[in-house]
Amino acid sequence: MERHLDEELSKLNTNLLKMAALVEEAIHRSIEALKKRDKDLAQKIIDDDQEIDEMEIQIEEEIIDLLALFQPMAGDLRLITTGMHINAELERIADLTVNIAQRVLEVADQPLVMPLVEIPRLANQAKLMVRRAIDAFVNQKEDIAKNVILSDKDSNKLRTVIMKELINDCMVKDGTTAPRAVPLLLVARDLERICDHASSIAEDVIYMIKAKVVKHHRERL
Amino acid sequence: MNTMIKEKKSNQKNVEQEVISAELEENNMKVRVENFNFYYDTTQALKDINLEIKANSVVGIIGPSGCGKSTFLRCFNRMNDTISSIRYEGKIRIDEKNIFDDNLDVVDLRRNVGMVFQKSNPFPKSIFENIAYGLKINGIKDKNFIAQKVEESLKNAALWDEIKDRLHKSAFALSGGQQQRLCIARALAIEPEVLLLDEPASALDPIATAKIEELIHELKKKYTILIVTHNMQQAARVSDYTAFFMLGELIECDETNKIFTNPSKKITEDYVTGRFG
Ligand SMILES: Nc1ncnc2c1ncn2[C@@H]1O[C@H](COP(=O)(O)OP(=O)(O)O)[C@@H](O)[C@H]1O
Ligand SMILES: [Mg+2]
Repeated sequence: MERHLDEELSKLNTNLLKMAALVEEAIHRSIEALKKRDKDLAQKIIDDDQEIDEMEIQIEEEIIDLLALFQPMAGDLRLITTGMHINAELERIADLTVNIAQRVLEVADQPLVMPLVEIPRLANQAKLMVRRAIDAFVNQKEDIAKNVILSDKDSNKLRTVIMKELINDCMVKDGTTAPRAVPLLLVARDLERICDHASSIAEDVIYMIKAKVVKHHRERL
Repeated sequence: MNTMIKEKKSNQKNVEQEVISAELEENNMKVRVENFNFYYDTTQALKDINLEIKANSVVGIIGPSGCGKSTFLRCFNRMNDTISSIRYEGKIRIDEKNIFDDNLDVVDLRRNVGMVFQKSNPFPKSIFENIAYGLKINGIKDKNFIAQKVEESLKNAALWDEIKDRLHKSAFALSGGQQQRLCIARALAIEPEVLLLDEPASALDPIATAKIEELIHELKKKYTILIVTHNMQQAARVSDYTAFFMLGELIECDETNKIFTNPSKKITEDYVTGRFG
């Protein structure tokens, strides 16, 4: 039986997908801006973030309406509360892309402190993790969510590699590189945080599907 | 045993009375339904029900119309006995006693197991007399004691403050919600231990409903409560455990939050998410 609630839930899915697409695009553009040291693109990311903020508010209002009007239970309840969490996580990811864009503005006028190899790789990893976490949500795929969570340690490793490079190969050798190296350190940290948010979305997806809390309990995966 | 109410395997062997008593006491089980079947003539209305209820808990009974909720509730004070051609098998134990034992006094049972119905049914008497009546037919004559008990019951039913100045007015002058609380007060006056509520708020507006729900929350400190409700949100709000019935079978009984966030059976999920059609 198709319920009125199902219609509303599919609207919620569509809106979250739209939001996720914007967020993925923001991750992509923030790294493009860094690679090309494109200040206009960086500024555009900062300006466009408002659209994502508004979308977050709109989705949150819709979710609160769903809770109040339908008083969902069981699987519906888990889906809606997961949607609420994903909405908030996506917005935070977008904020991190704004951070990255601000770092781009800081370094854009100076030569790069080192060739960008690992940072774009980490950025790709972040984008992929977000996309897969959302895919797991929309298609209710536990195995995809699990893989997202497990791949988070690769992103931690990558970030450590980047940091060591920036500290040991640049800042330790030549202290004057710090103003150009520190922003990149922060970019790596922000990208790694994006991966954490993706992982957190995936944890919620597992809760939604299996009603099992894996947050802080990786052994339950 | 961790879960305080447990659906028991129907093939579980009957154990000796003493063992049961010891276990009941140990787990603080007030009620235990064992392999219970109920028939109206040839139609079976309840099928092999097994359920344990902890003292001072509220059990919400949910399920589609006609699934046997009211029938089940009416077994606990043997209200069904008034219907001819009914038949039952199995046991319902309250404390350790099987309520269908030949030597059980049904009047005692009904004193111990109070019941409130969907439609409030005050007697055509004053508010005071509505409550005093039950005491009087139970042989109580002391006027001071009766007056004290009336006040106490009305207070316990959260009605006293609203009606203390018109105790001798007709009960029919009260609002629906007040009448329902009067019926609860009447049930409480004879000091039952188990309280049966059959859709007690289904005819009430939201404010009166909220008052009844608050009251149930208070009452469970003293009583063990079984409440049938059509309103799933109400079951979620007031009950510690929720039992889902379907076509005379107890499909699932578990902690209320479990039933409403992650029921074990698909059919329960379908029911609580409104997928029945
Ligand atoms: N007095 C009765 N005589 C015969 N059948 C009855 C009687 N009361 C209820 N039933 C039948 O027993 C089944 C369960 O009814 P009931 O306990 O009232 O369900 P519920 O309270 O869940 O709506 C229904 O099929 C109903 O028609
Ligand atoms: Mg009924």
